[in-house]
Amino acid sequence: MLTYLDNVASIGPNSAYGLRRNRGLNENLARELLELHTLGVDGGYGQGDVRALAGMLTGWSYASVSKAARSIGKPHAGTYHFDEGMHEPGSKTLLGKTYKWEGKREVDRALDTLSTHPATAHHIATKLARHFIADQPPLAVVARLYNIFLDSGGDLGVVTHALIDSPEAWAEPLTKIKSANEFIVSALRGLNIDITDKNLIKSLDFLAQMPFSAPSPAGWPDTADGWIGSEALMRRTDWAVFIAKSAREAVPLDLLNDTLGPVADTNLRSAVQRAPSTTEAVAMIIASPAFQRR
Amino acid sequence: MPSRRNLLIYGVGAMAALTLQLRLARVAHAATVTNKRMIIVILRGAMDGLSAVPPYGDRDYSRLRGDIAIGAPGAANGAINLDGFFGLHPALPFLGERFQADEMAVIHAAATPYRSRSHFDGQDVLENGAKTPMGALDGWLNRALTLFSGSGQALAIAQTPSLILRGMAPVGSWAPDVLPPTQDDLMTRLAMLYDEDTLLGPALQEGMRIQTMSGATMGDGATDNKIKNAASDNLAAMATPVGRMLADPFGPRIAVFEMTGWDTHYNQGNFKGKLSNSLKALDMGLSSLHASLGSAWADTAVIVATEFGRTAAVNGARGTDHGTASAAFVLGGAISGGRVLGSWPGLAKNKLYEGRDLMPTSDLRALFSAALIGHLGLDAVDVSTRVFPGGPSAGKFAELFQG
Repeated sequence: MLTYLDNVASIGPNSAYGLRRNRGLNENLARELLELHTLGVDGGYGQGDVRALAGMLTGWSYASVSKAARSIGKPHAGTYHFDEGMHEPGSKTLLGKTYKWEGKREVDRALDTLSTHPATAHHIATKLARHFIADQPPLAVVARLYNIFLDSGGDLGVVTHALIDSPEAWAEPLTKIKSANEFIVSALRGLNIDITDKNLIKSLDFLAQMPFSAPSPAGWPDTADGWIGSEALMRRTDWAVFIAKSAREAVPLDLLNDTLGPVADTNLRSAVQRAPSTTEAVAMIIASPAFQRR
Repeated sequence: MPSRRNLLIYGVGAMAALTLQLRLARVAHAATVTNKRMIIVILRGAMDGLSAVPPYGDRDYSRLRGDIAIGAPGAANGAINLDGFFGLHPALPFLGERFQADEMAVIHAAATPYRSRSHFDGQDVLENGAKTPMGALDGWLNRALTLFSGSGQALAIAQTPSLILRGMAPVGSWAPDVLPPTQDDLMTRLAMLYDEDTLLGPALQEGMRIQTMSGATMGDGATDNKIKNAASDNLAAMATPVGRMLADPFGPRIAVFEMTGWDTHYNQGNFKGKLSNSLKALDMGLSSLHASLGSAWADTAVIVATEFGRTAAVNGARGTDHGTASAAFVLGGAISGGRVLGSWPGLAKNKLYEGRDLMPTSDLRALFSAALIGHLGLDAVDVSTRVFPGGPSAGKFAELFQG
């Protein structure tokens, strides 16, 4: 995040370095920290809060690789590094609360507040329920997770247990559409085959989910309409054929029972039984509507 | 005459003769479709309008921009002159040439109604055509499509359409594919399985239709390996196959491209550098579209827009942060261009939005309305009530589309 969202280039305008080089703040990490990682876009912060948090974040960087190589044995090499000389001096006011000038401790103090804020609880509860239960998650689940988040002081382990214990998480029919990554991994696991790392990466790229290349800092789509364009679906079909050809040993009905079991309806079952070849039967299971869901 | 909708209703029985019916469906659509082409290019990440279309004549410009300012025309690596006040970034020679030919116009200080600075909400508002990110759950271009009869007219150049094309009207998506297409027999069997799936069924139908169309338009070997391996947001690589599809009398009429890489917080550069590279890719892509559309260029309007602009002043990292107004481009053979539209608010401190951003003076929805009415021929009342309810009228932008 320090590099991806430009914090390494954000300099306190009144810091020693900022004054000497006439450099200043870069708001990128501060804004996304509030919008994407804690409060959420409607979490009640303003432009002044973004600037304040950006000020607190100034100075946080890492020792560069070349510097690390030159300074083997020194504590900062290749690790997080706080540079006081780039840190914006003075107190900062975030969400109406004033934080005293404390250098590297400021961000920790701010995160303590942000991570247990009700807006954060709502944001995280919604995201978890959307990811694991439904694109439009039942409000009751979100409310339950929200309360547990707040009661536990933002303990994600406790919140996750509550999510797993939610009956809504196990309700049928399945509604979540698999991401490309989930689709590929579930097919490979179901077929119990290995493909080369190169082919795995190519497959993920082919279905628009190249690792470490999410389209924006908001991450990968988490709802059906981000994954089921006509081109995307045609590609899943093409990929199903490709992978079925690599799984010559597969037994179609075993695959069907192991991966879809009761979710496979009679149409799919009989289509698989009538398929002209093993490859086509396997491709049909993986390309089937049921296999696109989780 | 079977339409795509009928195909869905016929269901399983229709699938046996799928290919034939799809071809018939294409002809049926063509009779109901406009001859005009409209292409939207969404620049994701907030394009810096003050570098793309530098107001070099504004007395505050070079002071605010410091060493990322674009020089005046005539200076070394300076702007391409437009009208003596505004210039074009030197990486945009094709756009400059179209401006000279009266086929390109700039709308400066333009923005959506969105006034916060989140990329994602900003893009949602650009695409949903409402005032707020949750103001509409479908895209304005999809709502416009519902005003046409027939379907199959719009194509997202991506694996999955983005919000602007999502909604009631069926739309397709396309991107070049490196794996061999699934054989017809298996596809037909799969189509039966998808037939009753209300979420996935229509998408598969649309995919099969587009595959037939793109194959017919380009021939099976026409997408070379360079194109096949390119990412769908690589406009320069996508422009040629998509331009050919749009030029086909039976092809789609509307296409949406997306380009990323505009979020220049750090070292954005001036006449060269990160932003310059993105602008160059945009210019080359538009130039390829112009070439591949051939005679259909005369019926084409391309709109290039971004979710918001960037700060008027350079930031502490030789970049720019999230701002408000930016510039939009409109080009094509069907455009009355050669001018910069929109009223210029100026860059003096007290003229900036919240003291930091270019003040918006034009609403992008007015431009979009003008294109839907003047170019695609939609009814003005329909547009104002069903596409952009509560939005501004086309106003002065109507002039752009009077051919």
